[in-house]
Amino acid sequence: MAQYLLILLFAAPFAATALSFGIRSSRLAEYATVIAAIVDLLVSVPLLIHVLTARAIFAHSYIQVDPLGAWVIVCIALVYMLSSIYAVGYMRLLDEDDRLPLFYGLFSGFAFTMLAACVMNNVGVFWIAIELTTLISTFLVGFEREAESTEAAWKYIVVVSGGISLALLGTVLFYWGGSFVLGPHYAMTWAALHKAAPGVYAPLLLVSFLLVLVGYGTKAGLAPMHTWLPDAHSESPAPVSAMLSGALLNASMLGIARFLSVVNGTSISNFAHLAVVGFGIFSFVIAAFFIVRQTGIKRLMAYSSVEHIGVQALGLGFGGVLGIAGALYHMLNHSLNKSLMFFGAGNAMRAYGSKEITDIRGVLRTFPVTGILWLLGAVGIAGAPPFALFLSEFTILRAGISGPYRWAAVLFVIFLVVVFVGFLSHFRVMYFDEAENSTMPRVLPDLVWRALPMWLSFLPVLVLGLWWPRALWSVFTAISAEIMGGAR
Amino acid sequence: MFLAHINPLQASIFSSLAVASLLLTFVMLGSHWLRNYVYAFAVQSWLIAALSACVGYFAGYPELYAIAFLTALFRGLVLPFLLMRIIARLNVKREIHTVLQPSSSLVLGALLVMFAFVIANHMNRQSLLAAHVVVLALTIMFSMKFLGFLMLSVRDEAVSQILGLLVLENGIFLGAQILVPGMPLLIEIVILFDLLIVVACFGMLVRFLVVHAGTTSSRQLNRLVG
Repeated sequence: MAQYLLILLFAAPFAATALSFGIRSSRLAEYATVIAAIVDLLVSVPLLIHVLTARAIFAHSYIQVDPLGAWVIVCIALVYMLSSIYAVGYMRLLDEDDRLPLFYGLFSGFAFTMLAACVMNNVGVFWIAIELTTLISTFLVGFEREAESTEAAWKYIVVVSGGISLALLGTVLFYWGGSFVLGPHYAMTWAALHKAAPGVYAPLLLVSFLLVLVGYGTKAGLAPMHTWLPDAHSESPAPVSAMLSGALLNASMLGIARFLSVVNGTSISNFAHLAVVGFGIFSFVIAAFFIVRQTGIKRLMAYSSVEHIGVQALGLGFGGVLGIAGALYHMLNHSLNKSLMFFGAGNAMRAYGSKEITDIRGVLRTFPVTGILWLLGAVGIAGAPPFALFLSEFTILRAGISGPYRWAAVLFVIFLVVVFVGFLSHFRVMYFDEAENSTMPRVLPDLVWRALPMWLSFLPVLVLGLWWPRALWSVFTAISAEIMGGAR
Repeated sequence: MFLAHINPLQASIFSSLAVASLLLTFVMLGSHWLRNYVYAFAVQSWLIAALSACVGYFAGYPELYAIAFLTALFRGLVLPFLLMRIIARLNVKREIHTVLQPSSSLVLGALLVMFAFVIANHMNRQSLLAAHVVVLALTIMFSMKFLGFLMLSVRDEAVSQILGLLVLENGIFLGAQILVPGMPLLIEIVILFDLLIVVACFGMLVRFLVVHAGTTSSRQLNRLVG
């Protein structure tokens, strides 16, 4: 059963890529991408349910679907679905109809590589999958071919390739450490590394872990390695921003979570958690300052991604069932909510013809319905109830207060207030301030394609904020037992 | 563990190849001319290929001959060729705007090598001759990492940045040959191909940079800040 689901999961985006590149028709590429994304979402949920009872291993154990990987797949598939629908409405506004097949081909290819990273059981191949996500998404970031987006793409590929090469070094050192325990030849799986880890010389294990943390942390956008993120997220087309923010960051966090589970139970376990908490809180604080002083609307969203990836790192670092459940729930909620925010930002940017917050005024007059969704989404992403991010942040806070990192939890609360005020004051300006120079916003066609994904992301954020399903809780308990106890 | 039974001849061959690669990194760091930069990279790749072959011969890993051949072919010939084409197309001959003078960056590089040595020395648990080779391999692995990042930060011509990234990867490859010769063949081959794709992507991006941003110097890429 699981193998058919898995084949379908990868066949769908692959077919969409092949169709987009093969039959260069823009309309066909749009619909193929949307259908592939819906298929992926429909497949990902039964896949998760299936592997909860028995993990699925294929291809000489190069491929393994475990609950953690399947959970990230659900989050990625969700963002892929939402942003491919939004892309239909958004990309038509760019007047580049003949390049759209290229866009959709890369778009589905990007989704494919991210999904592939989640099922890789070999640590080296996982690294390669993450590297491929960078290479493909670079061209999506630079798709608009303006000076700014080309600059962002260049900075993205240089910073991320440099950072991710540290993760490769860490991986080689992990393998070398393991060879003292398991002999010179062994399969480079997560389980093998976990088995070997307690026997590895502690300083070696520590350096290896820090290298992979910094490496995958660069890709995940943890400060101070986040410098590429605001550029790439703000200069790419809005659906790509949503994919980068809602899906790619999760795939990279998966790497950190897996390595954390490799070193759990060894002598450096406490230090490893401290390092993850440290990067998490640093990202949160840095992002808070930049959110307060931000002038660009999409850069505001990008720094909010740094903030939320910091929150996820905090949850993983605090550990325990509460911390990990909070981090995983936060992953889903952030994917949904951030997609909503980027969709709203994309609408505003296109209508007002500017990326600057100062040029966007009277949003409710321009977008009576989607404007309200965007505003409520902003309240949600700032961490207020009754939206889902409040629940997950509260869970992570509880994990922090009861554990050894109380200082981090206190800082977390303080800067949560800073972010709340800073983020919403930008929205107050855009919604309720009078315009200084009244430029008439453009009326945009194809509204349905852009409003539908906003509803589809807003409703779950509201529902999940009011009601944390018991089924999800049992998924999180299973995953956290695995992370804290280690991979098998 | 092959390194535990290493003999003096093998140790000195490995050490000299590794040290020669490190010296070539310094050649890159101290050079103004992009062309020399690429030549140094090519020679370094050939040395790493030779190292692979030696490890394969002495430690009894015949598959490393294939790796040596592919390294020499891809890193030693194809990548330098692609880089030369980029340089020819951009019509840049030398790095003009360096943040640091080559002499100061050499001194800084030397300090970084010392730092790498301190880290490497802490990570070693072998004894006698094996310890020398292990510490040396780790030192050079970390040094080339640091020097690569140094190049990325003090050079701002696009081609220099690509080369900086390739040096980062060369360091890992060199260390991996000595420390973990038993690493699965598949992964090494895929990483080699991955590099080719990386450079192809960079090549395309460089062209975009010229057309859309009007410059290939990262110092002038300053539209996005804050």
